[in-house]
Amino acid sequence: MATLTTPPVMENLAERAKAATLSHDEIQRYSRHLIIPEVGIEGQRKLKAARVLCIGAGGLGSPVALYLAAAGVGTLGIVEFDQVDFSNLQRQVIHGTGDVGKSKLQSAAETIHSINPNVRVEGHPVHLSSENALEIFRGYDVVVDGTDNFPTRYLVNDACVLTGIPNVYASIFRFEGQASVLALPDGPCYRCWYPEPPPPGLVPSCAEGGVLGVLPGIMGLVQSLEAVKLILGIGEPLKNRVLLFDALGMRFRELKLRKNPECPVCGDHPSIRQLIDYQEFCGMRGVEAPAEPEPAGEEITPAELKQWRDRGRDVFVLDVREPHEYQICALPDAKLIPLGELPQRWQELDPHRPTVVHCRSGARSAKAVRFLRQQGFDKVWNLRGGILAWADDVDPNVPKY
Amino acid sequence: MPVTVHIPTPLRPFAGKQDQVSVEGASVGEVLARLTAGHPALRPHLYTPEGRLRSFVNIYLNDEDIRYIGREAAPVKPGDTLSIVPAVAGGR
Ligand SMILES: [Zn+2]
Repeated sequence: MATLTTPPVMENLAERAKAATLSHDEIQRYSRHLIIPEVGIEGQRKLKAARVLCIGAGGLGSPVALYLAAAGVGTLGIVEFDQVDFSNLQRQVIHGTGDVGKSKLQSAAETIHSINPNVRVEGHPVHLSSENALEIFRGYDVVVDGTDNFPTRYLVNDACVLTGIPNVYASIFRFEGQASVLALPDGPCYRCWYPEPPPPGLVPSCAEGGVLGVLPGIMGLVQSLEAVKLILGIGEPLKNRVLLFDALGMRFRELKLRKNPECPVCGDHPSIRQLIDYQEFCGMRGVEAPAEPEPAGEEITPAELKQWRDRGRDVFVLDVREPHEYQICALPDAKLIPLGELPQRWQELDPHRPTVVHCRSGARSAKAVRFLRQQGFDKVWNLRGGILAWADDVDPNVPKY
Repeated sequence: MPVTVHIPTPLRPFAGKQDQVSVEGASVGEVLARLTAGHPALRPHLYTPEGRLRSFVNIYLNDEDIRYIGREAAPVKPGDTLSIVPAVAGGR
């Protein structure tokens, strides 16, 4: 069994555990723990002294809070601002039908107390942000991340690295889950794994993509188990590896996860020393209006087109040059319809799909754009300066002719 | 004998709804090139327009992140498994 390097923030847990005493009722309640040598009275006191922060009381947070409460974790912090909705009940099992409309914090606290009145629930009814995260995190031994968006994932990661609190991570999509224990001493963090988030809109959320209700139960319990192991200091944490779960194939797989010496937050020379603007980092400024601005006129610059494609924004590129020009150089994934053939072939194109038209220097494509707009295309723009400008401004590897 | 490429749920619509695809190739780069040639809709999800692998998609050869074994130049053997592992954030 590998040795567990105790995170510095948890070093005083053993001290606090000595002060935690178990009542007769608690000894009875936890008897199945007490008779396991690896847990025993000492371990149960650690659980009682432990302070765990759940980010979210949703799909993952529900089973995490339920099982940690039942196991006797003394203090459960919950960051949650939402109300219970009918559409939550399919998977957020800490809430019941009668809780619909209540705050999730209140509903979760009531369920936790009905399971185990010894648990202290600390509610944080806020949106976690760069302004409040460090203050909320300090004083907890373990953070369990059950959020549902990239800005908060990166915020939780960085706040854990900066405060030295381990991050018990899981995330889910439809039938698949990922889990790992991040930000342990000498262990990798989320940024070591994914240095950058995907552009907004590319990866659907559970609200958009759906999730099988049982899946967060499985992944949340992986998180609960890892949190309990960290608190007890037993076993081998899910460190330096990520567990992938495929519900349809009913397969668990394990991938290596390495600490990246160049990681911007936990590497040898970190560039991130305080929390940043995560909405901006994730390209989500003004996330309520995800539709990105479109050029007002009939033109788009090469730099703008590159930015669209970098962000994964759907854009169709139409090349109206001649085939022999296309052979010299072409933009990736561009469809070739020479200008002269466009009047016969424009119906091959999707009039609703954002389309950028280009030629060599922008003159032929301007005609094509005017023609397509006459046919009812409303999202079609001319690449200003054509592929020559693209070569100048974006990709010097494109030969100019 | 080809290499098995695991396609994650979010990308299956771009790979003919398949969860795995068999592809021939001698290196990670070759396998991915043939995969995206057969399924062009996958390409923009894996590569930037300049042809670099996107930083929010990790590629694993068996259980190893290709960033640590030579990236696209990493050689593959018949029977190896290549996994596309995109960042996902869901949890509520
Ligand atoms: Zn890191």
